[in-house]
Amino acid sequence: MIFKKWWGKSDKEAVEQGLQKTKEGFWGRLKRSVLGKDRVDDDMLDQIEEALIEADVGVDTTVEIIQRLEQRIARDKYISTDELHQILIDEIGSMLKDTSDQEGGVSEPPYVILIVGVNGVGKTTTIGKLAYRYIQQGKTVLMGAADTFRAAAIDQLKIWAERTGAQFYAKQMGADPAAVAYEAVQQAIKQHIDVVLIDTAGRLHNKSHLMRELAKIRKALHKAKPGAPHEVLLVLDATTGQNAFEQCKQFSEVTEVTGLVLTKLDGTAKGGVVIGLSHQFDIPIKYIGVGEQMDALKTFDKRAFLEALFSPQRADV
Amino acid sequence: MFESLTERLEMAFKHLKGESKLTEVNIASTLKDIRRALVAADVHYKIAREFTEKVKEEALGQQNRLRNVKPGQLLVKIVHEKLTELMGSDAVDIHLTGNPAIVLIAGLQGSGKTTFSAKLAKYVRDHKKKRPLLVACDVYRPAAIEQLRVLGEQIKVEVFSDEESKDPVDIARRAVEYARQKGYNVVIVDTAGRLSIDDEMMREIKSLKEALKPSETLFVVDAMTGQDAVNTAKAFNEVIDYDGVVLTKLDGDTRGGAALSIKYVVGKPLKFVSHGEKLNALDVFHPERMAQRILGMGDIVTLVEKAQAEIDEREARRLEKKIRKNQFDFNDFLAQIHQIRRMGDLKSLLSLLPGMNKVLKHIEIDDSAFKKIEAIILSMTPEERANPQILNHSRKRRIARGSGNDIHEVNQFIKQFEQMRKMMHQLSKGKGMFPLMQQFGLGKRR
Repeated sequence: MIFKKWWGKSDKEAVEQGLQKTKEGFWGRLKRSVLGKDRVDDDMLDQIEEALIEADVGVDTTVEIIQRLEQRIARDKYISTDELHQILIDEIGSMLKDTSDQEGGVSEPPYVILIVGVNGVGKTTTIGKLAYRYIQQGKTVLMGAADTFRAAAIDQLKIWAERTGAQFYAKQMGADPAAVAYEAVQQAIKQHIDVVLIDTAGRLHNKSHLMRELAKIRKALHKAKPGAPHEVLLVLDATTGQNAFEQCKQFSEVTEVTGLVLTKLDGTAKGGVVIGLSHQFDIPIKYIGVGEQMDALKTFDKRAFLEALFSPQRADV
Repeated sequence: MFESLTERLEMAFKHLKGESKLTEVNIASTLKDIRRALVAADVHYKIAREFTEKVKEEALGQQNRLRNVKPGQLLVKIVHEKLTELMGSDAVDIHLTGNPAIVLIAGLQGSGKTTFSAKLAKYVRDHKKKRPLLVACDVYRPAAIEQLRVLGEQIKVEVFSDEESKDPVDIARRAVEYARQKGYNVVIVDTAGRLSIDDEMMREIKSLKEALKPSETLFVVDAMTGQDAVNTAKAFNEVIDYDGVVLTKLDGDTRGGAALSIKYVVGKPLKFVSHGEKLNALDVFHPERMAQRILGMGDIVTLVEKAQAEIDEREARRLEKKIRKNQFDFNDFLAQIHQIRRMGDLKSLLSLLPGMNKVLKHIEIDDSAFKKIEAIILSMTPEERANPQILNHSRKRRIARGSGNDIHEVNQFIKQFEQMRKMMHQLSKGKGMFPLMQQFGLGKRR
């Protein structure tokens, strides 16, 4: 194959070995490279940079993190390699916005949550897990099937409602999503439901008419209950790279995203892009998805996430 | 597609404007920009680094031979060559051998396997004259089978499924048997999404492959995937040794750098790119064109092929004659709108034209604007459609009411139509295959 000829075998092997190396773990690698050194040097910073880039943190955010480290090193004069670990976690951690812990708490229920995101990130599954979570807390939940576009989306949500014991509101395929959302909330008010979860169709953020539809759904929710939606959760796939910035930007513009949900963190992807997102858009990461089971949705734990960012494989976060 | 990468590359090349010769020094910052552009487009950082190293060697080596070429141009040429080489030199077709030919679809959760399966079924039927059968082997995700069934209905392709069975291998085997009996000659097996580190699920896809011996195994990957693309692509390749890669959700600002990484790491050809939710939004992957697209050179060949597939030559000649005689009417207009809509969404179609990438970024093209026009035309009587000149005020008022529009909007549309007709008539004396394109008036500045 041509690309082999061009790169030559040794180069390709180098890359493969490189990839293998990342599996060994960042800290192990870093420890080896600092053996015999007692101070942080450029070589170490380079390695940190690579680890961040490889975790999808992105060029701009990585540059910012490295600059912060450099400033810290300059300020504190002497930083031992043992301290480096903690400093790194601190510095990156300070870029992540903290959550204000209001889970489903609203003086006059229902508490309405709108779930948005591009196609295939796991919106419906996230709703299933959220419903389970709230029901475990003793709350009543209603799911509104405002994805009236994708084939079998309504059926998929309905199965989740049955599994979790949530109430379910849907109309036929192709129905106006805003109308579904409005009526779902009305139904919830009538039945004194605590939490309403509104599922929406996956939409690529650059399709302006679909984004306008989302704004309309938001308006409909507000009309059905002033103050709603109380949360707008943008669901992001951990395997997504730098395109997540565009997603976050566009969705924020039409729906005022209040929190991020990072799904599929049980794979090999690290989802580092959320660091830049949380920092730039000032949005907290609320939940992470770590599997297909009902209980595989965890509240975001900053420290665990950052440890995992530099770990070879995502064990259990 | 690749809009941001193109823009970033353009910026990188600007740095070299005014330089008369490439040197180690002045090329360094440009290469750094290119490398960053590639990483920002989700190309794996190590691959980006090697890529720019190769470009540098080549560029410094070539410029002694090519004295009259400007440094910026030389770099564009080399980056283009290298990108094309990396992507593979020729388009590689899907293997459909055996009766029935079996195609196995695999990938992560949410990568778009089910939608792609349906698109592929439609593709092999319409373009390869085959009789496809879709098989629903995702027995895990709620309503996955139902989803495939609904899509199958939309494209009128039969879907084989068994809600009772939890054994994908068994379902697939029986589907192949069923295909033989019913005379289907292509069997497309949609499978559950799985993580590459889920050993049990990876064993399942392996046994599916071993049991079915497909003539084509395709790995489906989301074009928005980041640095992890190399890990996943490699892991799947080790287990099922797939024949080709499918890149999905390659719409708008999706940069698709993952495509480059995967090609480099596993060496398997990219066979299809899929964009949009319409079930015919599937393209065969052409490496040369993709490289050109990355560099913003446009992609005229794809556009022409698309148009040819959709526009019946005879119909085009008939239309041309009508235009020449200035008899183009609302019926013809409606037919043209339908043709264009069949080709996919307008924005992705227009973005294939050279230079349009930049223009389109600031223009919002609303496919639903077609709907308004359609509604107006459909509210006309057959007589009115064939004879635009008879539209008087009371007719227009009726049309406005019928189509749910304001009278001004109807007036405006008719005025635009008249202008277009005039212009097309003039153009017809020259050539002008796509008079509609310039005349839509659908683009609004943001």
